[in-house]
Formats: sequence, C-alpha cells, structure tokens
Amino acid sequence: MLRKSSEAKKESVVKDAIHSAAFDWTDPLLVERALSEEERVARDQARGFLRETLFPRARDLFRAEDFDRDIMREMGRMGLLGIMLPERYGGAAMSHVIYGLLMREAEWVDSGFRSVLSVQNSLAAHPILAYGTEEQRGRFLPGMASGEIVGCFGLTEPDFGSDAGGLTTRAKKEKGGYRLNGAKAWITNAPIADFAVIWAKDEDDVIRGFLVERGMSGFETVKIEGKFSLRVSLTGMISLSDVFVPDENLLPDARGLTGPFSCLNKARYGICWGALGSAEFCWHRARDYVMERKQFGKLLASYQLVQKRLADMQMEIAVGLCGVLRLGRLLDEDRAAAPAISLMKRNNCGKALEVARVARDMLGANGVSDEYHVIRHVLNLEAVNTYEGTHDVHALILGRTQTGIQAFT
Amino acid sequence: MKILVPIKRVVDYNVRVQVKPSGSVDLDNVKMSMNPFDEIAVEEAIRLKEQNKAKEIIAISIGPAQASETIRTALAMGADKGILVQSPERLEPLNVAKILKAIADKEKPDLIILGKQAIDDDCNQTGQMLAALLNWPQGTFASKLELNGDSITVTREVDGGLQTLALKRPAIITTDLRLNEPRYATLPNIMKAKKKPIEQTTPESYGINPAPRLEILETLPPKEREGGVKVESIKELVEKLRSEAGIL
Repeated sequence: MLRKSSEAKKESVVKDAIHSAAFDWTDPLLVERALSEEERVARDQARGFLRETLFPRARDLFRAEDFDRDIMREMGRMGLLGIMLPERYGGAAMSHVIYGLLMREAEWVDSGFRSVLSVQNSLAAHPILAYGTEEQRGRFLPGMASGEIVGCFGLTEPDFGSDAGGLTTRAKKEKGGYRLNGAKAWITNAPIADFAVIWAKDEDDVIRGFLVERGMSGFETVKIEGKFSLRVSLTGMISLSDVFVPDENLLPDARGLTGPFSCLNKARYGICWGALGSAEFCWHRARDYVMERKQFGKLLASYQLVQKRLADMQMEIAVGLCGVLRLGRLLDEDRAAAPAISLMKRNNCGKALEVARVARDMLGANGVSDEYHVIRHVLNLEAVNTYEGTHDVHALILGRTQTGIQAFT
Repeated sequence: MKILVPIKRVVDYNVRVQVKPSGSVDLDNVKMSMNPFDEIAVEEAIRLKEQNKAKEIIAISIGPAQASETIRTALAMGADKGILVQSPERLEPLNVAKILKAIADKEKPDLIILGKQAIDDDCNQTGQMLAALLNWPQGTFASKLELNGDSITVTREVDGGLQTLALKRPAIITTDLRLNEPRYATLPNIMKAKKKPIEQTTPESYGINPAPRLEILETLPPKEREGGVKVESIKELVEKLRSEAGIL
C-alpha cells in the first residue's frame, strides 16, 4: 500500500514536469542542452561572423555566379579553413561535433559557402594530413588553414560520377615522378585552386593521389558556367595533358578507393549538418512569413494546411539534428561506420530539400524571389542532395548492409 | 598595466523575452550571451594590450555557473584570465560594485572597463557606484579612449555633443556603443582559451551578502500595439484628441 502511494506520487511528479517544462518550438528536443560550453562558444562566434560578413553578400554573389577570393582569407582568419587540423599546422584541432555545428551555420547562409569549407577542410586538407608526407603537410597545410592556398579535390570525371572506381585518369611512372593524363569534372573550387588532389590510376590499376599544382605544364582548369545551384562557389573542369608531377607530390599512403572515400566520408558528415542549416533557414523564414501574411482576411498561419506543413518541417529538422549530433559523437569516439554517414546524408539532404521546396511554396510568389532567399536554398539543396553520393546511391549502400547483396551493377 | 573587465551573462539581444503567467521572465532554454556593451569593453582592453599599453586582462563575471561560458568567450577573444564569482541570487548594481571593489582591492588594476549598462535590467549604475566606492575618477559613455602614460583621455557622448575628459589612473571607464566593433573569437583562439585559468569564488568570500534589497512587484510584457484609425476631418481629429487621447 505504501509502495503504491509513493509510486502514484512519483507518477504525478512526472506528469507535472511534462506539463510545466517550457517547450521551445525552435528546438523541441533541446539539442542545445546537449552541447558543451566549448561547442556553443565556437558555434556562436562562427555564427556571428558568418551572418554578419557573408550573409549580406550571398544574394548578389549568387546572382552574379561569382566567388570573391578574399572570402577565403576572411574564413581563414576566423579559423574556418583548418577546423580539425592539428595546431602545429595552424588548425584549431576541434572535434567532429564542432565541425558539424560550423557547417550548419555556414549552410544557413548558403550551401555554396559550406561547400567551399567542406572542400578545403575535408577533401583537400584531410588527404594530405592522412596520407601525405610530413614535408607535404608543412608545405601545404598552414597556407590552407589561413586561406592563402586553396585546394580542390579531383575524383569525379565526365564519365564516372557515382561509379568513381571506373575513373580513367592515368599516372605513368617516369624518372623522378609521374606523367598524368585525363580529365576531371564538377570540381568545386577548381577555377581558383592553387593545387588539386588528383586521383589517378597507376600502371597496376591502383588509384593513387597526387598533389598537382597550378603552374605545372599541362594542368588547366575551366569554370563551368550556367550552374543554377551553388552559384557562390565556383565549379570547374580540370584537364591534365602530359602533366609531370614530381615524386614528392605523390601521397605515399593512399592506395585504392579507400583514400578518396575516407575524405568523402568526412565531407559527407559535414553535409549532414549543413543541409539542416539550410532547412532551418527556410523553415523559420516560412513561419515568419505566414505569421504576417493575410489572405481571405486571416493570417496564413491560421489555416490547418499551413500548420501541418510547419509541423512537418519542425519534426524532420528536430529528428535530423538529434541524428547528426549522435553521429558526431560517434565519430569523435571513432565508432561511426561509413554506412551510418550514408544514412544521415541521405535522410538530411532529402528532408532538407523537401522542407525548402515546401517553404518556397508557402511564400507564394515571393518564394521565387531571391530577396526572400528561400529559392536560393531550394536551388542549392538540389545539388547538395546529389553530390557526395546521390540519395539513391546512399540507398544502395544501406541496402547492401542489410542484404549483403550489392545492387550497384 | 592591468585591466579588469567585468562581463555579464544576459539574454541574447535577438531573443524576444516572454513573461510567464507567474510574473517572471522566462529564462528556460533561452539563448544567453555576453552583454553587448561588455563585449565592447573586452575589445577595448584587448586593443590596449595589442598596442602594448596593457599587460594583463582579467575578465570577471558574477552570476550562475553557466557564466563561465561568458568568461570563456572573453578569454577566446584575448583576455588572459577569468574570475567567476558564483552567485545564484538576482544581483543588484550596488552588490556587484561591492564585489568588484573587493576584487580591485586585491588585484590592484590600473583600469576597469565596464559596459555602460546591461541590456537585461538597463540599470546603468555599476560603473558609477564602483567609482564612488573606490574613490577613482570615472569616464562614462566613452566613445574614444586614449592612454598617455598616467593620463587617460576619454571622449564621452553627452546630449549636446562630445565631451573630453582627462583622467588619472587608476580609473573607471564605461563603454558606449561607438567605442569599437568587437571581434569574433577565432576557432584556434577558442581552443587556446581552454588552457587559460578561471578562478572560482563566491560573494561571501569577499564578505558580501548578495541578497537583493529591492523587491520586484510585477513584470509585464509591453502592451500590444493597437491598429490606427483614419479620421475624415480636422474636426473629428480634434474631437478624438479630446475624448479618446485626452490630451486636449
């Protein structure tokens, strides 16, 4: 009897707590409370910088399909180009969770800026750190962290996208180095890059990584025009015709697809967070809009269909955030497997795109005007959903984990 | 030269605060950050250090345990050391000034730079009270600060324009909005700040009872604005000014 009444009491305390706890509609599952002091400080400082210095420029750069080279130096001064690099190379040596939080902040402004950060941090600096020589690290990484040196990552080819293993760029051994021939396509930052990490097959058909520097004879980049997505980050083609790359520019410790894929895993993880930044921007913009706009004599927010859409956005973003935070903690503990990144990349990019499209619709005609920014995010997320493993390719990766059967070919 | 910079953890300036039915401001899960005027104070101290006019900057925050985050931000911006005076009580300016006096007596700074006011209670009293308690000269609402040896030139924003004062150190400065534009802490400096020391104390360790002397009777949200009306004629306007607005 005594036990029963104390249990009843306990239950009523629980009920009261649920009743009285404050609900934050912007953060329903209180992800904010799951962050450490250091994580919040880093996020808040970067948020201030990105919203104050880059957001005001995003619309015009997007319209002009332009990237301002100075932005690299500004990002470098802030420490955004060496987030996880060790301090001895000018980096901040931060965790995966902080890296993710910063990608979310950058993509809140524009996915193109986040792409630039992903490429410099994960695709260009990471292979040098993981597979390069100490000499290469010293030569490239400090300049990359400060934004003086811009890198890019050449894996995708005109005929090999999802099917990266089929790449046809060749590296032939010669005295003192390698002779490279081939072409790379859809390379973020290629037009402004000072060097490219080029993945090519050697004479034994093994994929190797080379640091090909601008100025090496036969190395050319061309900007891809007419891209209707990620217009604030430049994308290019790279052509390699008889480029001689000295031995000291070969990444000695990368053999096979593991090299490029480990870089892609890091970048994809950042995209998982980034896409949510875009989605949050669109969600909040749509919510503010329907709270002000009246039609048929009532606020749009007072219609059931509109509220249902807001609820869908809130739900997907809250769940996505819990997922990426968990994924970041696993990465920091060295316990995240690549398919776990595929799962969150697929989920968050697909859902973010859906949130952005619905937000676009809720803004009516204003939704297609870049003054409201939502259309910019919609267009960006189309590419974000495709690059670094399409929505469907990540589905095949996840399908294979459950069935053991590869369904790619 | 040593500079003390007191900083307060307040509700972020972007947050629209809500008043709970119980009559207090809802602070659960609300984003908090450094009082913007205090950020300006930290920035000014760092600039003096960068010009080799100051050697050490100590950031002080009085408040709950979470105020260590505010100190951490100041350390990441460039302060050298932090002091966290942990006090869960609602603090009033006089108590804050007394605690700061006790710290100043111990640390013997040449300059104390404070925000002119905190954006939560808008008191604008602490700097002035501290100057009185220490019997130091004060330059409040500073929009420009120059140091030449022992003398400090402070330009103040006053109603009629600018006023320039010459003070002798040690002195109290309170910052106005246009003194400088605070920097963002860079990521490498945020990591380095982890190694900087934060001393933990309490008001009681300075012999001060932090209990407030004022009682808050009521907290109310601002009245919702009502829509305006168009009047047809001057006669109607005058009538409304008389009958509804009651100002004629």
